[in-house]
This record gives sequence, structure tokens and C-alpha cells, in this order.
Amino acid sequence: MCYLSSLQIRETQTEIDPFKTILFGFAFSPSLRVNVLETTRIAYYFQAKLILFHVGEKNNEKVDIINSILREVEYNDPVEIQWQNGSPYDIILNTCTKLSIDLLILGAMQHENMLQFYVGSIARKLTRKVCCSVLLLIKPSAERVPCKNVVVNGLDAPDTPLAITNAFYVSNALGAQQLTIVEEILQKEIDVTVEDDRSLKKANLMKERLKQREESRVRKIIDEMPASLTRNIVIKTQSIFGKRGYSIGHYAEVVRADLLVMNAPVKTGILDRIFPHDIEYILSDLPTDLLIIRPQ
Amino acid sequence: MFSGFVVSLIALPLGLGLALASEAPPISGIIAAVVGGVVVAILGGSNVTIAGPGNGLVIVLLGAITTLGEGDLYQGYLFTLAAIVVSGILMLLLGFLKMGRLADFFPASAIEGMLAAIGLGILAKQFHIMIGNNGASGSIVGLLGGIPNGIFSLFQNVETSILVAAAVGILSLLIMIFYSKIRNPYFQLIPAPMWILILSVGFSYVCTWTNVPYPMDSKFLVNIPDNVMTNLAFPDFSKILQTEFILAVFAITLIASIESLLSIKAVDKLDPQNRRSNVNRDLKALGLATSLSGLLGGLNVVTVIARSSVNVNNGATNRSANFFHAFFLVVFVLLFQEQLRKIPLAALAAILVYTGYKLATPKTFVKVAKIGKEQIVIFLVTLLTTLFTNLITGISAGILITFLIHILINKSFSLFLSHLTKPNVLLFKEQDGGNYYVSVKHFCSFLNFYRLKNNLDIIPENENVVLDFSLCSFVDHTVMDGLENYTETFAKKGGSIEIIGLDKHGADSTHPFAIRKIIPLAKLNPIERYFTKRQDLLKTTAGEFQWAYEPQKSTKTKFLRNFVFFHTRQIPYLYNSLKAEDKKIKVFDVEFTEGAFIAREVVKTTIMYVHLEAKIPVFTLDKEGLLDFLYGLAGFKNITLDNHPDFNRRFFLSGENPGEIQSVFTQDLILFLESNPYYHIESNGEALLILKKERLLSVQEIKAMIYFGKQLSQIVQDPAPVL
Repeated sequence: MCYLSSLQIRETQTEIDPFKTILFGFAFSPSLRVNVLETTRIAYYFQAKLILFHVGEKNNEKVDIINSILREVEYNDPVEIQWQNGSPYDIILNTCTKLSIDLLILGAMQHENMLQFYVGSIARKLTRKVCCSVLLLIKPSAERVPCKNVVVNGLDAPDTPLAITNAFYVSNALGAQQLTIVEEILQKEIDVTVEDDRSLKKANLMKERLKQREESRVRKIIDEMPASLTRNIVIKTQSIFGKRGYSIGHYAEVVRADLLVMNAPVKTGILDRIFPHDIEYILSDLPTDLLIIRPQ
Repeated sequence: MFSGFVVSLIALPLGLGLALASEAPPISGIIAAVVGGVVVAILGGSNVTIAGPGNGLVIVLLGAITTLGEGDLYQGYLFTLAAIVVSGILMLLLGFLKMGRLADFFPASAIEGMLAAIGLGILAKQFHIMIGNNGASGSIVGLLGGIPNGIFSLFQNVETSILVAAAVGILSLLIMIFYSKIRNPYFQLIPAPMWILILSVGFSYVCTWTNVPYPMDSKFLVNIPDNVMTNLAFPDFSKILQTEFILAVFAITLIASIESLLSIKAVDKLDPQNRRSNVNRDLKALGLATSLSGLLGGLNVVTVIARSSVNVNNGATNRSANFFHAFFLVVFVLLFQEQLRKIPLAALAAILVYTGYKLATPKTFVKVAKIGKEQIVIFLVTLLTTLFTNLITGISAGILITFLIHILINKSFSLFLSHLTKPNVLLFKEQDGGNYYVSVKHFCSFLNFYRLKNNLDIIPENENVVLDFSLCSFVDHTVMDGLENYTETFAKKGGSIEIIGLDKHGADSTHPFAIRKIIPLAKLNPIERYFTKRQDLLKTTAGEFQWAYEPQKSTKTKFLRNFVFFHTRQIPYLYNSLKAEDKKIKVFDVEFTEGAFIAREVVKTTIMYVHLEAKIPVFTLDKEGLLDFLYGLAGFKNITLDNHPDFNRRFFLSGENPGEIQSVFTQDLILFLESNPYYHIESNGEALLILKKERLLSVQEIKAMIYFGKQLSQIVQDPAPVL
């Protein structure tokens, strides 16, 4: 995760404040230190209360470790640490509901292997089931890395305006200069199979029309947002014809985006992983840090 | 219509021959060609293809007829007809299911191996018939092994009939081999196979006139029923549920579809108007044609490359040529029944031996071997498995070994397993600049090349495409080969495909991409190491003109593409180039191909290229009356110049814009052209292309051409006031 430190950024975020309470589920892994440094920084930029949550035995040794890390933190916002025993998946799921958490932050591996893909790692399981928005970190950093490019989906779905609004909020908070809204247009909407020169021409006309339609739809969403959110950011739109959910991930990787913001999946089961669609592609092969916005 | 006529001249002997090679009645090949020509011309989705019996099917049909017939060839033929009908229905289904992509799933080298096996199969059997031994039968390998023995026994034979048959066969083979060496334009008007028929049938008439008894009895001649219309055979469906029958149906469908799809793709590249065929529609038409043909006693109908490229070379522009080829075939069979019965089997066998050999020349082996060690392994495995078992097993083995080799090269099975079912291609139109950007992830091999193809297919060919492999860790030969085709198509239609992100792969020793590197580089053999006398002379000539001489092969042939002459020809490279200091004038040898696969003919010629300061209109100038049908291209009109009847009679000038062209042809230029030896001259607007003959020129001729070209360009560039 990455930022541009400038104080006026904090001043612009008066209109909306989607993330008030952030929960970070941590484990005592080698990457604990960078993860904690990263999340405290995020909480600071989001002006949110951070709860560090550990599923497991609380003992002095562990408390010492976590406290020593917290002493390194450069931001002095108060941090709450909670401990609880049990199965990580169930407990975090319940805690999020109980404490009405707005954003759950989890560390994740970039690539899932075959077994993890079908059985599911805890992080990804939580991503699919939890009640709040989720931020999956694949490249946490102890040092600040300037954030440049945020990519957000522009699907024609009811949750999209919220995702785009949040993407603008995050871009402002983290000081990203550019936000790309990617409209993924389903191949079947073109309604023409390219078989020869004539159908090719027809398909391309159709594409151009669909592209215009999608762009005007996205424009409308942006126009309805408060100007203070969109003012400081270069807005780009990009239509992609391809497999929905896959293309945006690949696009984010190609343009080397720093953060990808997505709608929450509607519902997923084991069948969705056998026949992956939408967000499953991205979860199995995270192109970058991923923020999934879930309406509460 | 003219092209349809020329094609029918080839289709007649090939139809008879292919049917005979499959042990079916000779007329069944003609039926297939006629039905195919009519149905595909009306319903097909491609433009300049010719449909008819295909040589790939020979081995499959032969197998089906022998196994299903269990010794009775005619009964086997009837069962096979039923299999052909069913496979036609399957092909129709494939067309409706939009399975035009079927051919994309086969590794390139495995297909090469399969084609070579088919070639050897045809050669093995027909060689025996060619030397008068009609009785030979057995496995392909056995027949191949029997060839030396066959030749040996020929010398101990005393039966004149066999000796005459062998003589006819060998003479015919010599005609096939040396036909392309003879550069007489009138001789070339009739295709080689037709010459063989004409000569061998003529021979029988000579015998009659001189009252010599014809030295071959009927078992060495083609057998055609007395009345073609009433003697049609009808399929026998009684074996329809047996395993052998079902296997035969699958084999026929598979090979017919692959052969057709590959041919359609190859012919599309030759289409002077660069149209794209609707393969699914073609599949449907071929399926329907196959079923009908089977019902009438004919063989499979597939798209055939050799006849199609002859079609293109003779100026075909639409499907009517296919129809007329069928029409002329009917005319031939009805008018010349008596003559057709005089065709010796050995003559037809010779034609087939040559076709078979063309599929499996030693050059094919060398070509595959140059691509990489692993490719020759794939090729040989497919070839040998096919020879020892059958086509289906052979191609399956080819696919399997390719996959195994890929796993070994990458030392990873999971790379393929975990990404096989996932999409891996991203395509979008860049906002700034409007380029299309395609990125490929994970791996790209014959297994998932169709995803990339799907994406490339929906890009208009006149656009610029950037194809990025930097996120892709493995690209195989099939993909590189296929991309080469796409690049050519795009270049032809004014677009481009630029591949980026593969540089890293070449340097990475853990991912050896010999596959990738060798396609472009294998053609760049260091020819400068072995200087011929001609090259020495060229060097001296270059010295005399104070020009630069570069013997190396160069693949930069793009600047030739927009000359009309090269619209239907592919130019892999040029070499031995002489360049003037200012690079305005170049003379070089160029190698280009006409046709593909079987009919593939490599032509080398010497070309002079003069870049002009000022723009001039596009035109071509040729000798009147000889090659004019070659240039019956869209938008090109024959232009006559006023007050120059002699020029109009001797030269054939054509172009799109008569007014402007007439203004270029001043009195001076016309006098110059009339008083100098004939050259073929073309302008593409900013440069002149001058060539003398469709062969390399001697150094003397090159000097003359340079002199001619220099003067010509001067006259064209600064037209002196008319005297």
C-alpha cells in the first residue's frame, strides 16, 4: 500500500467517511512487522480506529512482540489489540459483525496454488463471506511507497456507484493521481460472432456503440459525485471486451496499478471455483492490492 | 470462368487418381469434385477455394474400404460411402457448433508429421502401380520396403504390358518433375497432370492409327462405367452400428475437417482481395456436399489447397470458379468418356507419386529440424506412429508427445494444469493512439492458442496491434508459427502486429526458447560463407558501379508488399542485394512462394527497385496478351494510349487511374519502351519495380537491367518537353 504524504489530503475528506473502524487480523508470521506498519498507516490516512485482532492464546511473549512493533509506528493514533481463542475463520467473521467493522484488512499471498484454490485459504474464505469491505494486501511495505494509479471496476451493477465513490475516497486519502475506471463489456453483448469481414465490421460498430453507452453511464456516476472528491484526480476510462472479472485483473497487472477496487461478489460457492467467474479469477491470482467494497 | 477451366484440367486427373488410390471406382473422385464444386460454390463461406476429393483422405478412405469390406473392395466401398454420408452430417454439425477452431488444437509439427505420413502412404502404394505392379498391397511400411524389390523385378519381367505401363508411369513422373523447369509460357498454359493425360491418351490413338495393338490390356487402364449417370453406386448402411464403422466415420470427419480448415486458412492468405473466409459456413457447405456426394457414390468433399492456389493464380476472384470447375468436369466426363478409358493407371499413379513425394520431401524434414530438436521429435513420432498404426493414433501421439515435451522444457506440470482452463488473454484498445494492445499471461501453446486467436480475430486487420508476451513464461512453436501468419495478414491489409516482451525469454537459459528464436533466424543462414561464381561477379559489378553488395539474406521484404505483383505472393526474404550509395536504387534476388503445401512452388527472381523522388500513379506494364489475366484485379482497367497503336498492341498497361497514367506515358517514355527489350514494370506510387523473368538473372542481364532501370527512372522523373 502506498501514499503521498500531504496534509491537505486529510482536509478534502469531509463529505464521506466510509471506513470508521478497521480490523486487522494478524498472525505471528515473518511479515507481521510490515503488515502492522502498513495497516496503522492506512488507518491514519483513513482517519479510522484500528483494531488489531489475533485469534490464539494471549501470552507475554506475543504481547511483547506486538508492542515492540507498535513502538516503531510513526503515527500516534490509538490502536486497540484484541485476543480470542478458536477457529480463525468463524471468530473473525463474528467479530466483524459484532464490532460493526467497516473494513477488514488481511495479508494474502499473490498466487493461490491448486489446493488452496479449491479448498480456500482463510483470507480468501473471509473475503467471500465477511459482512464488510475487505482489503487484501499482497505487497505491504515498512516504508511509504507513493501510490500512483488506482483501478476500479465500472460494471453495470447496482453496487458500482458505491465502489467508484469509495475508490475516489481512497485515491484522495492515499494521494493517488490517477483513477482508471474499467468497463468490462461482456462478449455476448456484442451479439455478433466474428466469422468473416462483414461480421467483423458489424461487431466493431457494435463495440463502438457499447463503448459509448458504457462511458456515458460511468460519466453520469462521476457527475453525481461531490466535486471535492473528483477534483484532484485524473480520471481515465477504459472499455475492455473480454471475460468479466478476468480482464480487469489482467489490466491492473499490465498498467501496474497500485490498488484495484472491486464490487463485492454476489454469492459464491464451490461451484464458482470449479467454474470460476468474476472475482474468483482475481482472488486466485491477485494482480495487486485488492479492495472489495461491500455495501453495509 | 477461365480459372475454373484451368482448375478442372487438374481436377480431372487428380479426381480419378485419388479415387483409384483409395481403391474406389475412379468416377467417385469426379463425383466428389462435381458435387463439391456446385454445393460449396453456392453455400460456402470462402471466396477462392476449390472443393473436391482431398489427398489427406486417401489413407483414411483406403483403410476404411479395406477394413469394412473384409476383402471385398466393392462392398467395402459401399460401406465407406455410408461412412462418408454420416461424416458429412458430422461436419455439418461441426459447422453449426462453430467448430471452425478445431484445427487450432493441433501442434504445427504434429500436423506436418501427419501430412508427411499421408504423403508417404500415397507414394508407397502408387509407386508400385506406377511401375506396372497393380497387385501390391499391405501396410505402408511394407509397401515402402517393397519399392526396391519392385524395381528389381521390373528388369526381370518379360510381359510387355507391364513394361509399357512402367514406361508410361516413369515418363509421366518425369513430366511432373521437370514441368516446372520448363519456362515456355505456352507449354505452361496446360497443367502438368493434363499433359500426362493428353500424351498418354494420344499414345493410344497413335497405336490405333498405325495398327499396332495397344500394348496394355484393360487391367492397366482406367475403368469408367459405360453410362455414368445410370451406374451410380449407393451407400450400404448395414454396418452403421459397428465399431469399425464408427471409427471410420470419426477418422474421415477428423481428417476431412483438418484438411479443409488448414486449406481455407492457407488459401485466405493467397486471396488477392484479402478477404476472410467464414470457416463455419464453409464447414457446413462441405458437410452437406460430402453427404450428397456419398449418397451419389462419390468420395469426401474437402477444400483442397493445390487446386485452390492454381485457381488464385489464374485470376479467380469469387466462388463462381469453383462452380465452373465442376461444370467443366461434367463436360469432360460426358464428352470424353471413350478417351478417359484409355488413361493408363500408371500415368495417374505417377501424378500421385509426385503429389505424395511433395508432402514428404527431405526438405520438410530439414525445415522441421531447423526449428528445433524437440520439433523433429514431435514430427517423427507423429510420422512413425501414423505409418505403423493409423492417422488417429498418429495425431494423438503427436499431441501427447508435444505436451510431454512442453512439460519437460518447463519442468512444470502445474504451469499447464492450473492455467489451462483460465482465460489468459487481455485485449483492449488503447485510449491514446488507438493501438490495440494484447497481453498474454502464464503460457501460450497449442493448448490455448485459440484464446489468443479469438482475440486477434476480432481486430480489424488494418489496425496496429502490440502483442505483449512479457507476462507469459512459455510460448511454443505452434503459436509463433500461427502468429507469423497473422503478422503477414495484417501487413497485407495495411495493419501490423508487433510482438514485444519476448527478448527476455531468449536470454533466459532455464526457459530455452529455441522454438521462438529459430523461426525467423533459421532462414538467415550465412550464405556469404560459400560464395558462388555469380556472387563473385555480383561483387565485382557492385564495385564497377561503386555500389554496396550485401549477400546476406534479409527478411525486410515489407517494402515490396504494395506492388501488385506481390499481392498474392509471399516473400520470405531477399538476398544478394546491390545498393546504390544513396539507397534509391536496389537490385536483389528475391525468393517468393506461390501456393502452399502441395502446390508450393518456390520462385526465385531478380528484381530492381527504384525509389522515385516524385509521386507517380500506380500502374503495371506487361507484354500484351500473355499475362493479362493475372492482373484482372479489382479496380484495374486496361488502358490504351491514343495515337500509339504499336505500343497498345505490344504492351498491356493497366491501373486504376487512366487519366494520370496517360500523362506519365509521354512520347519519350513510349519511344524508350518500344525501342528497348521487354521488362515487366510496376509502379506502386512512389517506386518502380522492374523484373525480367521469373528466375534469377545472370550478371550480364543484371547489368542490362540496371542500365534500363536508370534510364527509365530518369525519363519517368523529369519528363522532357515533348519533341
